[in-house]
Amino acid sequence: MDYIYGVMAVICIEIIATVGLSVFTGFTGLFSLGHAAFMAIGAYTSAILTYFYHVPFVLALLSGMLMSGLISIILGFPTLRAKLRGDYFAIATLGFGEAMRVILENLSITQGARGLPGIKHYTTLPVAAIFAVVVVWLTKNFILSKFGRNAIAVREDAVAAEMAGIDLFKVRMLSLIYSAMCGGLAGGLFAHYLNFIQPAMFTSVLSTQLTSAVVAGGMGSITGPILAIALFIAVPEVLRVANMWRLVAYGLILVLIMIFRPSGIMGYHELSFEWIGNLFRKKNCNKIADKRRT
Amino acid sequence: MPLLELKNVTKAFGGIIAVKDVSFSVDSGEIIGLIGPNGAGKTTIFNLITGVYKPTEGNIVFDGKDITGASPASIVNAGIARTFQNIRLFNKLSVLENIRTVLYREADYGLGDALLRTPKVTRIEKKLYDKSLEYLEVVGLTDFIKNRADSLPYGLQRKLEIARALALDPKLLLLDEPAAGMNPDECVDLVELIEKIKKTYDLTIILIEHHMDVVMELCPRIVVINFGEMLMEGTTQEVQNDSRVLKAYLGEEYANA
Repeated sequence: MDYIYGVMAVICIEIIATVGLSVFTGFTGLFSLGHAAFMAIGAYTSAILTYFYHVPFVLALLSGMLMSGLISIILGFPTLRAKLRGDYFAIATLGFGEAMRVILENLSITQGARGLPGIKHYTTLPVAAIFAVVVVWLTKNFILSKFGRNAIAVREDAVAAEMAGIDLFKVRMLSLIYSAMCGGLAGGLFAHYLNFIQPAMFTSVLSTQLTSAVVAGGMGSITGPILAIALFIAVPEVLRVANMWRLVAYGLILVLIMIFRPSGIMGYHELSFEWIGNLFRKKNCNKIADKRRT
Repeated sequence: MPLLELKNVTKAFGGIIAVKDVSFSVDSGEIIGLIGPNGAGKTTIFNLITGVYKPTEGNIVFDGKDITGASPASIVNAGIARTFQNIRLFNKLSVLENIRTVLYREADYGLGDALLRTPKVTRIEKKLYDKSLEYLEVVGLTDFIKNRADSLPYGLQRKLEIARALALDPKLLLLDEPAAGMNPDECVDLVELIEKIKKTYDLTIILIEHHMDVVMELCPRIVVINFGEMLMEGTTQEVQNDSRVLKAYLGEEYANA
């Protein structure tokens, strides 16, 4: 039972990071291959605060979020100002992610590659779940506000958005900061769940997992990436009996999603009763059409 | 005083001079046509006015202010809106959201309000919804508000683009080939629409168009561009009877015949 609770807690934590990244990659349309770095910043900042300075948990989490947000400004200012195009921006974030890992391996306060053991266990399943629900709710509100619409406009047609007076730099920067802060929060929760962190946990493998969850879930959906990341974490766990083949299954899911739902599990839609209703209605329409044909 | 004035505007891309020494002015309430063969530099002139490109030489004055080299966003805020030759809508947003997006300047709430979705946000969003509906009513798209923009037929997409430009509350509207790909019936429809919005919103319009019947119908005054240079400026009749214009469009032999 503990084991299932554990997997669910990890899913909740990663949902926070994925939903944040969904704002940046899914809704604003910029690819990041370095978001694990923001999780790392959040994890280390909050862990160092609770471990060395005995700062209260919630305060430490907030500090981790703020630190991630601040560092995202340092990353975003030169890259977004220069209007780096999609792939070039992705390469910049990849470099940023790796650089951050190397920095963490060489600082003395992070205890380098040995990592930080003995972090207090504050993140339980209910804590993680509450944070996840709150973040999803905030993100939904963000997307349904003018800020979210501007982000989608920039993704859909940057030139038209600029000609409507939308400041591309501001919109992209805001999305980046938002996603970085979500990443920071997820990292902080992660550190206090595992009780141990080391730089090797936050490699490009984790970054890629987050980005592929957003792409596979649907760029322009919040519920899609949530389903995708849950699937990505749960399936390898379920298939633990199949030993090394479980990683093949992971790749297989990704390939199957891209073949059968090229714009992601949910595409540009949200999982809702209305959406499910429409799904059945479409099928009924097809049946009726089939009947007419025969 | 003219609303918009181009003074000796030149734009060079490396060695290629796309627009050379173009000067014309548009008075408030006027509607002028900008015509010329393909590749003459008409859209480049729009791009210069809206700040996509910065002029290599010359000045652009709008409403008494020099807007040469200003950012696109500040030019929109000064009161110039445009449509595009190749339609540029926010495809995956619904028809209504396309309009509501550009009304963001009137959405007077902060990030905190937005994140917590306070009653203030709900109230303002409802107001913007109603306002978007008004613009869609003007162009006759109220039946399609929930459809995705890219699901609309071509002619309606053009209308949606016009509605989106109107929602920016401009003084000057730049229409880049609004009748492209339309059949004669749709053209008549479009002429009526342009006249209607001009009257309702008290607009000044510059129109790039290849459908001459649309241009002749709408524009008392026409500017002709050829190879990036001003060929002539004059009334509809003067342009129709000018041999240089015929030559530019049809070639030397046909013009003489």
